[in-house]
Amino acid sequence: MPENLLPTGHRRIEQMRMQGIVKKFPGVLAVDHVDFDVKAGEIHALLGENGAGKSTLMKILYGLYHQEEGHIYLNDQSVVIRSPNHAIQHGIGMIHQHFMLVPSLTVAENVALGMKSSRGLILDLEVVSRRIRELSEIYGLQVNPNSPIWQLAVGEQQRVEILRALYRGAALLILDEPTAVLTPQEVDELFRILNQMTADGHALIFISHKLHEVLAISHRITVLRDGKRVYSIPAESATKEMLAQMMVGRPVVLRYDLPPIEPGPALLRLERVSATSDRGDEGLKNISLNVHAGEIVGVAGVSGNGQRELAQVIAGMRSITAGRIWLNNDDVTNHSPAAMNQHGLSHIPEARMTDGVIKNFTVAENFVLQNHGRKPYAWGGLFMNFRSITRQCKTAIKDYEIKTPSHETPIKSLSGGNIQKLVLARELSRQPRVLIAAQPTRGVDIGASEYIHHRLLEERTKGTAILLISEDLDEILALSDRIAVMYEGAIVGEVKRDAADVRTLGLMMAGSKVTV
Amino acid sequence: MAIIRHFLNTSKLVNISLNITLLLLAVGAALVVGSVMIMLMDADPIKAYQALYEGAFGTTNSRAETLVKATPLLFVGIGICVAFRGGVINVGGEGQMIIGALAGVWIALSLDTVPRFIENVPINDFPQITVVTLSLLAGFVAGALWGGIAGVLKAYFGVNEILSTIMLNQIALQLMNYLLNGVLLDPEQKDRVNRIPKTARIEEHAKLPRIDWFSDTPTRLHAGLIVGLVLAVVVYILLWRTTLGYRIRAVGQSDRASRYAGINVKRQVLYSILISGGCAGLAGAVQVIGLQYRLQTDGSAAGFTGNAGFNGIVAALFGGLHPVGTIPASVFFGALLIGAQSIQREVQVPASLITTLNGLVVIFVVSSQIFIKRLTKRRASVPPQPTPAAPKSLSALQEEVAK
Repeated sequence: MPENLLPTGHRRIEQMRMQGIVKKFPGVLAVDHVDFDVKAGEIHALLGENGAGKSTLMKILYGLYHQEEGHIYLNDQSVVIRSPNHAIQHGIGMIHQHFMLVPSLTVAENVALGMKSSRGLILDLEVVSRRIRELSEIYGLQVNPNSPIWQLAVGEQQRVEILRALYRGAALLILDEPTAVLTPQEVDELFRILNQMTADGHALIFISHKLHEVLAISHRITVLRDGKRVYSIPAESATKEMLAQMMVGRPVVLRYDLPPIEPGPALLRLERVSATSDRGDEGLKNISLNVHAGEIVGVAGVSGNGQRELAQVIAGMRSITAGRIWLNNDDVTNHSPAAMNQHGLSHIPEARMTDGVIKNFTVAENFVLQNHGRKPYAWGGLFMNFRSITRQCKTAIKDYEIKTPSHETPIKSLSGGNIQKLVLARELSRQPRVLIAAQPTRGVDIGASEYIHHRLLEERTKGTAILLISEDLDEILALSDRIAVMYEGAIVGEVKRDAADVRTLGLMMAGSKVTV
Repeated sequence: MAIIRHFLNTSKLVNISLNITLLLLAVGAALVVGSVMIMLMDADPIKAYQALYEGAFGTTNSRAETLVKATPLLFVGIGICVAFRGGVINVGGEGQMIIGALAGVWIALSLDTVPRFIENVPINDFPQITVVTLSLLAGFVAGALWGGIAGVLKAYFGVNEILSTIMLNQIALQLMNYLLNGVLLDPEQKDRVNRIPKTARIEEHAKLPRIDWFSDTPTRLHAGLIVGLVLAVVVYILLWRTTLGYRIRAVGQSDRASRYAGINVKRQVLYSILISGGCAGLAGAVQVIGLQYRLQTDGSAAGFTGNAGFNGIVAALFGGLHPVGTIPASVFFGALLIGAQSIQREVQVPASLITTLNGLVVIFVVSSQIFIKRLTKRRASVPPQPTPAAPKSLSALQEEVAK
């Protein structure tokens, strides 16, 4: 095999260099004179908070955006990348955070999708399948070319995405938050594949905000903040604390000390609760769970194992088929969301943009979504008291450090973190007895996440019973007194804070019953 | 473009005036395209538009006629604002108008030609204000209930309201035809061989007064317009100052978030179509007691409504789904409809050209809305960011960590 070829038979990209890249959006300098490079056989991690410019930079490399200034060099030759198709022709591939696969088609069909067939208009899936098997062999990517996508687990679907990129001749691969949807074990498997690829001469760019993963897999790390390159550093000389600080621009606490609290009475009780999911199968199976006053119970699990249904059932948004639910010792089984609110429940929904706020309403209007008809926000339940709404909302904006031009700004023009802070402010202002926080910091930058965590801990001190549902294991471990793990709609185990570690939780998330 | 975007960012007032400018531009563009069509018919577009303007605004009488035409559009349009804001596509304005007119005329006539409204109390004993108020109220309630049928079907049985309201239009029409040939038929027509399906004329006591204080010559302009203006303000307050309006708008924007917040979504859907149907019902009642003084049909819905049940939707959209904005929008479409007749007279082009012109205006206005949305979206997609801090050197950072 000639020196400059990959095992796939495509040419290597010895070096990719982006120099002085500038990208402006109206009013914002999204990417500000950034240099970035990656070599064959290396994983270069791109680290940064939301809005730091890392995906904008990669979209420029993949031909989705065009830079205003600066150049891209492949093997020291200046190139202009006009479109994703053009990027693929140059050997650049991208694995998106959300998979671009057609669920009803097979692996081979998905790989062939949008490609020219070797036999003109006739699709030759035999050739495609053979090639997929070859590639699987080389990189240790076990996938059956004839399985339909919907039958595959998330980790396998990701392998199909990687296969597709390799099939198209990607020598440089951009991975956008590839671990977000994986269990810790699947992450290990992915890392093994990535290491194999670099050993074979591929160049990889790894986008993430999970520090331990970045430290584990990459050779070099570049941190972006506010569109600027803050620093590039070899992975072996970096530490978590340092990277976090470079991302945020100030020192960050990664672990919280939970002051010991004597848990009070069980304010939220679920007894053998079952419910049907949207797909029509059993979304929740026999769930029994207690959350006591002054306690944070974490619910861990890989996305789609019933966490969403669990939150909805408690919020009164999904009726249950069996079992009972108590709030504050009142039986609220299959009560309406309004009734749940009245029993002292607050809820930070997982899909904050569709369930938590009304996008086209102003910040102030969103602030009174539940209580708009009560004192002091309304007169006699009929007329809105905007003076009072404005006053309370302004206080909340100040207290919760919500960055917004004014209380009359439509909420959709705020950043994710600020929208979440408003939801939090609203839910906590209602002085809940029980709080459900579903994915409270998903898509929220480190600074705001830290703030939200502190507020949750404060609520814990106040004696609120908190159910924290999160796919971020670090978050679960940092905040929870107890951790329940969900798998396929059931709780497979419960662990005390002191006994929990990533490995055991990971095994439980994959469905094994572990006795601790 | 940058300037426009800057304005979009700055103030609400500028935002509104930009909206109006764009609307006028859209209308202008529609007129330009329309003039090409007029030229294709070998007519002079300048003359045609002159005739249109003269016909709609040239004389006292034409101005009054424009407002007369605008009145039902205004009522229906105000109702549409409520329905659409609540996420209910009410296209049953025609049927609701008819039912409202039937109820209004029944009250107005209950003097002697139909079963007594109150036994042994002749309507002549009631003062005019009472009779008029009662028949307007009847029109509102009847229209609301008629819309409410579609509302219950949508909220509690998941029936698409576009289908049900269209169907209810047909039922309302045939109900009118049936009643006008039966119990509501003018007694004078009863013995004739070729009956004209119409009610008797309503008494003076039951009429909405004409507005005649602005000219010496009598016109057909009636107090219904004033009722409409008041209704616009009332509905504005309802939508943006009351908790009911807040809930209706919340449900219209996002029924999921509303449900999570504990709002009874079904009930708000029902309320919004009840109010909307009521406004259309008022339009029907006002047409009868303010303008025609009797209910008469040629067998079609448009024969009575003049398509106001549909044109009102266009007026509401043109007015930005805002009840106060619907006022000038209704006048504008009223003017187009009145002016159409004189175009036909003066330059010999078919009046249906105006229907086309109407359509053009709608298309251009809708696309200008998309234009505005795109401008705002681009602004929204880039969240405001703090000014970037100067990057710290690694050694400085390490020092801080060490501390």
